[in-house]
Amino acid sequence: MSDEYDNNKSYQAQSSEVIDGSAGSVNPDIDYVRPAEVGEQDLYHGHSFIEKWVFCQDAKVIGVQYFLTAVFTGIVGLILSWLMRLQLGFPGLAGFMTAEHYYQFVTMHGMIMVVYFLTALFLGGFGNYLIPLMVGARDMVFPYVNMLSFWMFFVAVAVLMASFFVPGGPTGAGWTLYPPQTILEGTPGSGMGILLMLISLSLFVIGFTMGGLNYMITILQARTRGMTLMRMPLTVWGIFTATVLAMLAFPALLVSAIMMTLDKVLQTSFFMPTILKAGEVLEYGGGSPILFQHLFWFFGHPEVYIVALPAFGIVSDLISVHARKNIFGYRMMVWAIVGIGGLSFFVWAHHMYVSGMNPWFGFFFATTTLIIAVPTAMKVYNWILTLWRGNIRINTVMLWCLGFIVTFVNGGITGIFLGNVSVDVPLSDTYFVIAHFHMVMGIAPLMVIMGAVYHWFPLVAGKMLHEGLGKWHFWITFLGAYSIYFPMHYLGFIGVPRRYFEMYDSPYMTSAVGMNEFISIAAFIVGAAQFILVFNIIKTLKTGKKAEQNPWKANSLEWYTSTVPPEHGNFGDRLPVVHRWPYDFSVPGAKDDFIPQTTAPSEVIHTEVEKT
Amino acid sequence: MSEQKIDGFELKPGFKGMASDTGSDQTMFKGVHWGKAMMWIFLLSDTFVFSCFLISYMKGRGSTIVDWPNTSEVFSLYVGGVPVPLLLIAIMTFVLITSSGTMALAVKYGYEKNRKMCGWLILATAVGGLTFVGMQVFEWSKLIHEGVRPWGNPFGASQFGSFFFMITGFHGFHVSIGVIFLFIYTYKVFAGHYESKKRGWFTKMKGDYVEIEILGLYWHFVDLVWVFIFAFFYLW
Repeated sequence: MSDEYDNNKSYQAQSSEVIDGSAGSVNPDIDYVRPAEVGEQDLYHGHSFIEKWVFCQDAKVIGVQYFLTAVFTGIVGLILSWLMRLQLGFPGLAGFMTAEHYYQFVTMHGMIMVVYFLTALFLGGFGNYLIPLMVGARDMVFPYVNMLSFWMFFVAVAVLMASFFVPGGPTGAGWTLYPPQTILEGTPGSGMGILLMLISLSLFVIGFTMGGLNYMITILQARTRGMTLMRMPLTVWGIFTATVLAMLAFPALLVSAIMMTLDKVLQTSFFMPTILKAGEVLEYGGGSPILFQHLFWFFGHPEVYIVALPAFGIVSDLISVHARKNIFGYRMMVWAIVGIGGLSFFVWAHHMYVSGMNPWFGFFFATTTLIIAVPTAMKVYNWILTLWRGNIRINTVMLWCLGFIVTFVNGGITGIFLGNVSVDVPLSDTYFVIAHFHMVMGIAPLMVIMGAVYHWFPLVAGKMLHEGLGKWHFWITFLGAYSIYFPMHYLGFIGVPRRYFEMYDSPYMTSAVGMNEFISIAAFIVGAAQFILVFNIIKTLKTGKKAEQNPWKANSLEWYTSTVPPEHGNFGDRLPVVHRWPYDFSVPGAKDDFIPQTTAPSEVIHTEVEKT
Repeated sequence: MSEQKIDGFELKPGFKGMASDTGSDQTMFKGVHWGKAMMWIFLLSDTFVFSCFLISYMKGRGSTIVDWPNTSEVFSLYVGGVPVPLLLIAIMTFVLITSSGTMALAVKYGYEKNRKMCGWLILATAVGGLTFVGMQVFEWSKLIHEGVRPWGNPFGASQFGSFFFMITGFHGFHVSIGVIFLFIYTYKVFAGHYESKKRGWFTKMKGDYVEIEILGLYWHFVDLVWVFIFAFFYLW
């Protein structure tokens, strides 16, 4: 298999006559691929600059638009975390920082990172770019709706950012937005701030629904010939399952946002109990704050897996490619992704152990929570077994993958602590929880994003990112992230509560002050290190080495497009035909150590590979 | 949207056959139009939206401190001085269900390429939907006139008005969106866009009569949701 994409071989058998005799070596029995079921997609090519780059209907451009917008919000979130750490490590150093500001920064940091950064980046960014390429489609099935999806997201981000500039500032109720305090006077941003947040979330859900329908239908109904479900790259499986979760979980967020908006604007009492304020009874009465918590976490917990599952999928592909070995237990990996996705709908109340719900309810949710550890552990074992005796290349991408595995195991184990009611009760609302979820759904998926950027940048831009800078970026981030979050576990054990602006003269101060300073300095360094990537990208785009086609010698379809970077329509005149899974690496007897998905079995007849 | 072609594809029998067909290459739902699959999945998501609304309503109604208003009195109309419970709702439900019937017929005539019949039936559906929304406006204004507000009402628990206006409003919004699209499709059918393969205004895609069926799916869903709202609000 040469690096050049061989059109004659790969595009054979386009008609319903599978073998047209033009490719002499093709064996009709073992190379049979079902005839085309779906006709050619009707594509609209943009004519003007606006149609090509702004209101573009090409999923790849939309993916990059999503990516850049999400990264912009991510940088805002990063700056907010710096400001928080400045206050926690060196109280009073920043003169402008009041308690109100601190709460607003906490809230916006959380919401931005979870929803507008990670979700949008994985599903909007990587999903849009990779799904059509990986399943062998020309574009998403509804390009126009896909374009609307991005612009809806863009408006959502704009509304969110606008809340920084309204009177009272953004909401400071914590990213969980628990009523009643969220919309009551005294909470920062309880006026316009919370309103804009709720509107922004609703817009995000609407925009995401449009995108999610595209991802799902493209994966289900628009795969190329030969691409069975069990030949899809795990990236696609991860993004697909995450999309399913999002389609079923975001409704709860939308509904709770609508209800809280009405509570705020029309003084309804969906979530508002009878409230005494300074001796006076407020207008509200009879509502249930716990209802909001249930709705929110019915969204909130699947949301964790909406972020994690694409990361699981992507990292599986990266490990397989860079260890030159097929993924261990592919089917197990697929079912683990699907199983985690299904289970994630039955664990939400483990976020509510201290809400005063029935202890038996907690028992149920503790059980389901711990059951999720089973498929998750299977995935970790499979990643390690994929590395086992592989031809591992310690390049930047692999470093990020290894960093992910370690970090994920770390955060997963503390998750088992917190899943148990009796352990969670003393630890909830301490820094232990902060350390746990930053490890498991902050740093770990971020490592995958970084790995994926280094991996797919040659495809998107046609140039190789600088390896040396990438390694510096990795090591500073990896060691720095551990310097930040390892001590936080200890802070949690000694009982330092989260979301506190200042510890004042509490006994925590004596033992926690040095540690907080250390964490803060590490956080500044790690945050700054992320700009190494920005610099690397700018430098590479200007002077970087031109990438050859398929620089990593991968098998999946995105590397076998007609041009690099792929043009609108992705695959030239004829769509590729798939004959195998994307993990045929280091096959004994094969000429190269990789066999592209488009290679027919008869072309590798002397190898010991089974038809998958 | 692309056209569907299945050359001699036969579904295999039994559970194993179903599993192998489902996991086979290209499509999971054999012969199902992209738009139709999309609408089904959208409706599944929308089902979760309405479920969240209705479950919240049940929770809210179950935990109020004040008694819930007597719905058969609140929702009754006076005909010649005699209160008739659920009269307006019965008419609204009848109109909406009837419009579902005309929608189904429109789909049938659409596939038979009977352009005129299809167009008239879509128009009838749109008029039915519009009538429904109009009656809902009447019902809202009557309740508002009687003092029902989202934040309180003279009959009992304040959550009654909150949930009523929110949920029927959200449903009415769905109906209104449907009506707008029904009018657009009426125009498209009468103008013969599906025959001439004229490209859409926004999407720049060629249309097909399958779009009528996709809109029909949405319309039937909106009807079905109404049945649940009817049961939970007016009969409970």
